[in-house]
Amino acid sequence: MTASNTATVNGQPFRQSRGGHLERSRPLSFTFDGKNYSGFGGDTLASALMANGVKLLARSFKYHRPHGLLSAGSEEPNALVELRTDARREPNTRATTVELFEGLVATSQNRWPSLEFDVMAVNGLAAPLLGAGFYYKTFMWPAAFWEKLYEPLIRRAAGLGRAANAGDPDRYEKAFAHCDVLIIGSGPAGLMSALAVARRGARVILAEEDFALGGRLLCERQEINGQPAADWVHSIESELAALPNVTIMRRTTVFGVYDGGTYGALQRVNDHVASVPEHQPRQRAWRIIAKRSILAAGAIERPLVFGNNDRPGVMLAGAARTYLNRFAAMPGQKVVIFTAGDDGWRTARDAAAAGLHVEAIVDRRPDVAPDVTASSGSEARVILGGRIMNVSASHGVRGVGILDRNGQRTTISCDAVFMSGGWSPTVNLTCHLGGKPQWNEAIAAFVPGAKPAQMIVAGAANGTFALGQCLRAGAESGGAVASDLGLAGGPIECPKADDEPVAVTPLWYVKESTGLAFVDFQNDVTAKDVGLAAREGYRSVELLKRYTTLGMATDQGKTANVNGLAMLAASRNLDIAAVGTTVYRPPFVPVAIGALAGHHRGKDFRPTRRTPAHDWAVEQCGVMRESGAWLRAGWFPKGDEDWLAATSREVEATRNGVGVCDVSTLGKIDIQGSDAATFLDRVYCNTFSTLPVGRARYGLMLREDGMVMDDGTTSRLGQEHFLMTTTTANAGPVMQHLEFCHQCLWPDLDVQMVSVSEQWAQFSIAGPRAQNVVSRLVDRQHDVSLSAFAYLGAREVSLAGGCPARLFRISYSGELAYELAVPARYGDAAARAIMMAGEAFSITPYGTEALSVMRIEKGHVAGNELNGTTTARDLGLARMMSTKKDYIGRVMAGRPAFLAEDRWDLVGIKPVDRTARIRAGAHFIGIGEKPATERDRGYVTSVAYSPTVGHWIGLGLLNAGRKAIGSRMRAVDLLRDSDIEVEICDPVFVDPKGVRLHG
Amino acid sequence: MRIPCPYCGDRSNDEFNVLGDADALMNRPSDPSLSAFDVYLHARANPAGHHRELWYHHGGCRRWLVVTRDTTSHAVLDVALASKFQGQP
Amino acid sequence: MKYSVFSLLSEAIRGGTGWTPAWREPEPKSQYDIVIVGGGGHGLATAYYLAKEHGLKNIAVVEKGHIGSGNVGRNTTIIRSNYLLPANTPFYEWSLKLWEGLEQDFNFNAMVSQRGVLNLYHSDSQRDAYVRRGNAMRLNGVDAELIDADGVREIAPMLDFHNARFPIEGGLLQRRGGTVRHDAVAWGYARGADQRGVDILQHTEVKGFMIENGRVFGVETSRGPIKAKKVGLACAGNSSRVAAMAGLQLPIESHVLQAFVSEGVKPLIDGVITFGAGHFYVSQSDKGGLVYGGDIDGYNSYAQRGNLYTIEDVHEAAMALCPSFGRLRMVRHWGGIMDMSMDGSPIIDKTPLEGLYLNCGWCYGGFKATPASGWCFAHTIARDQPHTLNAGFRLDRFATGHLIDEKGAGAQANLH
Repeated sequence: MTASNTATVNGQPFRQSRGGHLERSRPLSFTFDGKNYSGFGGDTLASALMANGVKLLARSFKYHRPHGLLSAGSEEPNALVELRTDARREPNTRATTVELFEGLVATSQNRWPSLEFDVMAVNGLAAPLLGAGFYYKTFMWPAAFWEKLYEPLIRRAAGLGRAANAGDPDRYEKAFAHCDVLIIGSGPAGLMSALAVARRGARVILAEEDFALGGRLLCERQEINGQPAADWVHSIESELAALPNVTIMRRTTVFGVYDGGTYGALQRVNDHVASVPEHQPRQRAWRIIAKRSILAAGAIERPLVFGNNDRPGVMLAGAARTYLNRFAAMPGQKVVIFTAGDDGWRTARDAAAAGLHVEAIVDRRPDVAPDVTASSGSEARVILGGRIMNVSASHGVRGVGILDRNGQRTTISCDAVFMSGGWSPTVNLTCHLGGKPQWNEAIAAFVPGAKPAQMIVAGAANGTFALGQCLRAGAESGGAVASDLGLAGGPIECPKADDEPVAVTPLWYVKESTGLAFVDFQNDVTAKDVGLAAREGYRSVELLKRYTTLGMATDQGKTANVNGLAMLAASRNLDIAAVGTTVYRPPFVPVAIGALAGHHRGKDFRPTRRTPAHDWAVEQCGVMRESGAWLRAGWFPKGDEDWLAATSREVEATRNGVGVCDVSTLGKIDIQGSDAATFLDRVYCNTFSTLPVGRARYGLMLREDGMVMDDGTTSRLGQEHFLMTTTTANAGPVMQHLEFCHQCLWPDLDVQMVSVSEQWAQFSIAGPRAQNVVSRLVDRQHDVSLSAFAYLGAREVSLAGGCPARLFRISYSGELAYELAVPARYGDAAARAIMMAGEAFSITPYGTEALSVMRIEKGHVAGNELNGTTTARDLGLARMMSTKKDYIGRVMAGRPAFLAEDRWDLVGIKPVDRTARIRAGAHFIGIGEKPATERDRGYVTSVAYSPTVGHWIGLGLLNAGRKAIGSRMRAVDLLRDSDIEVEICDPVFVDPKGVRLHG
Repeated sequence: MRIPCPYCGDRSNDEFNVLGDADALMNRPSDPSLSAFDVYLHARANPAGHHRELWYHHGGCRRWLVVTRDTTSHAVLDVALASKFQGQP
Repeated sequence: MKYSVFSLLSEAIRGGTGWTPAWREPEPKSQYDIVIVGGGGHGLATAYYLAKEHGLKNIAVVEKGHIGSGNVGRNTTIIRSNYLLPANTPFYEWSLKLWEGLEQDFNFNAMVSQRGVLNLYHSDSQRDAYVRRGNAMRLNGVDAELIDADGVREIAPMLDFHNARFPIEGGLLQRRGGTVRHDAVAWGYARGADQRGVDILQHTEVKGFMIENGRVFGVETSRGPIKAKKVGLACAGNSSRVAAMAGLQLPIESHVLQAFVSEGVKPLIDGVITFGAGHFYVSQSDKGGLVYGGDIDGYNSYAQRGNLYTIEDVHEAAMALCPSFGRLRMVRHWGGIMDMSMDGSPIIDKTPLEGLYLNCGWCYGGFKATPASGWCFAHTIARDQPHTLNAGFRLDRFATGHLIDEKGAGAQANLH
């Protein structure tokens, strides 16, 4: 293997000539900072860069210190790059988790002008000034300088990468999956537990963050059943893949645990290819619903905290093994190992086996078991009870300063340092529902405490580090879960593997360190910062975190937190257990915003509701506008008419001839039962039990708090059969309210209801000629003459020789009017039939704007007045509130404030200067008064240009408004510099006696 | 969160709307006094622990359910049709 | 010690060894004039203003955890005074005025940053509602501007102006709105109160009230009984639980509101933007992360965490508003427990028990209110009557009908 030290494999100087789990037959080219490199299939961006000898990958957040790789996994705090370009640029991407693909483009970030020479590194010189929380103590004078000077500088310097420069062109999906057992992680414990439950028939989902199954087994030179561990992985993988009840999800990170056995998972479907294939998503966000889960997420190694421990070339000892063994890449040539436990010795052994020169093994423990020291298999100098005080380096490691147990200082030159502070079980997912991990002194690590119901933890995630134990724990956990699920079968045979030594004696901080000793690498939090926070009173872990930003970087402190809180504990003379951890929050790893949105973006953000006659309206040149979820025609311009001209024409055509409007969006609720009338009496403030069959009545519905909830007409189609209409906006809420009233308040009433909003298309046919149109439209046997079918009539008719329909003589416009309802499938045909029947009378389609103008002309209230803060009395509808019965809202409508003399009333307004335009949202101020809150008398709710009266009109809510009718106020719109004198008038502008609607 | 609907089975909470405290809201006062209705509409025990509350399955069977849930753990302890509690809050 | 450029420089030279604790950790005394329950933003601000504005000395703040461990440490940091109703607008404007001078006042840089709050509208009726609101603000002397779609594009060019389901038609802009480094507010008030002699008693949980003949005269705590002439509750999120110990049932439900932060990126958006067609608002912190959120989950909760439905809903709105957010990553999400009141507005009032004062019901608007809430609550306690600024925030308004319902949602807590 030593030969590979000098050989260059495929142009990769730091690639071993054989070994690793690479597809060497699949060379891949890529660029970093514009330079071309090559790697192999099976590489990560990190391992490929290492193989190419690229050590400097990033700059830290605050001091812009040069950083290389710390880890080989998703815990990486250092090696963040911008991946891809332009609209697909992904800032802050961990090079350690990027699967290499042909043509990959990566760029370093947060540096200027270049990664090698970064001007902002000057911050490092000012480190004594820029300690934890320095910004809370300065930048306060003068106050105005914060927004103008200090903050813009800070904002420009902060952040890491740059966001994409345009909308994300890729697609995302969301999906649900259900299973008996979700297994998280496919290392030795995960694979064994999968096998144990799958063989007993459970529906299993095995989720693995990596692109290959195996976890640490891919990274270690270990044997299982006498064969290389990776071969064992392949055999298990084959068995699982062949089972129909097992779904293996690679590249899938379970990022969060939610209530009811719900797990959030992100599947990176196409992040490992240059471009997303057509009809496929880039990523898929899963909600996995699992009866049980087995967490086998492994553990994360801790760095040691010593001077300049963040320099490129200083990395975790386990990560070094990953690069050596899995990727056949060489993290250095002359290395020093600094360890607090047995684990570092394994790295020494593997490094030597790969041909690296292990210059020294520095173990902080004075006494190390002989079998461990013997296992290193290297000629390295062994320094027991020693510690590294400092790394000398610029962009790469040059050597280390060591203090031995006798106080002797030595310098050893090297180009890499592999450190092992012990391993922290990946307990994150056990904490997402509020569980707190427990400190286990024996293994010097936090292990799962209270776990989510139905979750068990196996292997290293549970603090069981040795391979043999992990395999057994997996088999036992799987067996226990299978039995718990009542599945037949017994325990499975556990393969043979050694239990490697895993002893550790933690060392939280080398206090003899010279230079800055980092706890949180990405956020530049040093050991001194932790001490300062404690000294200044930020003594809870949460305050420490928030004051120093420890653990607030993109890795959320995966490698930093335990060291930091242990140091806090030491400074407060407390046990680590007493200090505890900060709260582990989802997601376990950062999740793309686009993935959680799925396809709900752009036009598909929310469903678009179209009425059955939508196409007809479009053909009529209707300008389709959003009305809640609906699209409705606002107006139907002819020629070059603007909205106002078109609307006015539609209003005049309707008031002088006949118009038609699609009102299908109204809520329609079919209510039946022997107590239907009683029910309506209770939910409406006016009475419906007296309504004769074949008649319609305007109804006003209050909330229990006395405010108006909704209005509409309800018709009695039979003795026990009513059809209620609601406003478009309240169709859903009213349905829910009625169901509440029935099921929760009066379940004894014999009444059933169902929404039929979507079953019926409905058209308003309004105007003096409406009857002519209707009589041509309905089949001849139905007498719809004005006398036979009077105002507020409601009846079933037929059209076109038998098409069922309902006809209501109700009017929103104030004209002689009908609403004609047909089954939704005939909606389009009905619209065309109405146009044909009306052709002789020049029937004019009108939109929601004309509808609104006519209702304002008639003083009818709509959404702007039914805003949840108006009572029936406010709206001039007090006469509708029955005094003879109980109904929802009756009592609370009588609250003193609602009856106050100066409470607002609905009024009409006209500009004194008839050419002036009033604006909705203007406030009422008295003539000659200075506009101010204490002189605010109310506001303009709705306005319209009325072609009927020839000027702008409006409705408003004015304090003591009814008494003010006939007087003058101002409608003041300070936002738009408008101040208009208005006459206060009755809200009905057109036909106040209601003559026209009788025809 | 998952709600085991008596009609529709185990469903995600996406499909439901929550109204509030069932013990309060299902006890509409027969006494038409402002004070009785003030308490009915506004005063809430708001316990940290078991809470009987009204959920509406708008995305399913449209039944109102009385869901007994622990407000500190979100554990769903019991689900029943609201209509079965006729006359007994 | 006073924080200044000079103290920073001299400590830099001394290696930072001279920095002293920002607040003491005193032992509880057996008796105080006033005990404030809750060491969050509102409680600490109340103690601060009691000492500073009313010259009171013998005050304790009792806190069951560490200071700032409630909502002041888990909100989305927005300040604004863009309220509609006369009972709210002057109060929130006073709060904004206090924010504007706060850092110099308590000698702590809380990074009060007035980069603007922009509420987008997507329909004529939304515009009308914002015009009404903006005019209400202007009538009260509060800054407000109505801008059209082009104006929005100038401020936030990255929003979806091309393919939106609900096109952006304009917005209501309050330039004086912005963000504040939330934790620092608790720390600044704590340090300021401590310097004025207030005892901040962390890890001291109230277990009950001493009550005799309808009068409160102290609290039982996990560190023993503490007598007090007056007790003020400022423990939003847990108001119902604490008030229940005094036999009070409040018009409040506890609900979880989730919030999110993304990985840090270079400046992308300057101020705060709220999306009018979905539940979403976003700003970017000085550290570079997008800080964003949406609606409450809707069910009663004391669990400080929510569920995926709301999480996805928020991210859908994020993408609908700004499709270039797609490849940014959410790095952390959390939940805070809100006192949702029955009309969406807070309560700062005396209670039926003599000597017991109540500050609660902040829904999800509590952070921006912190200075004025403390200021008004201090006044209410010290003078034994509300200030005109909080005169509307009465406990009995639900009975009388003097509601402060900005949304018009009525007596359903989770709709506000």
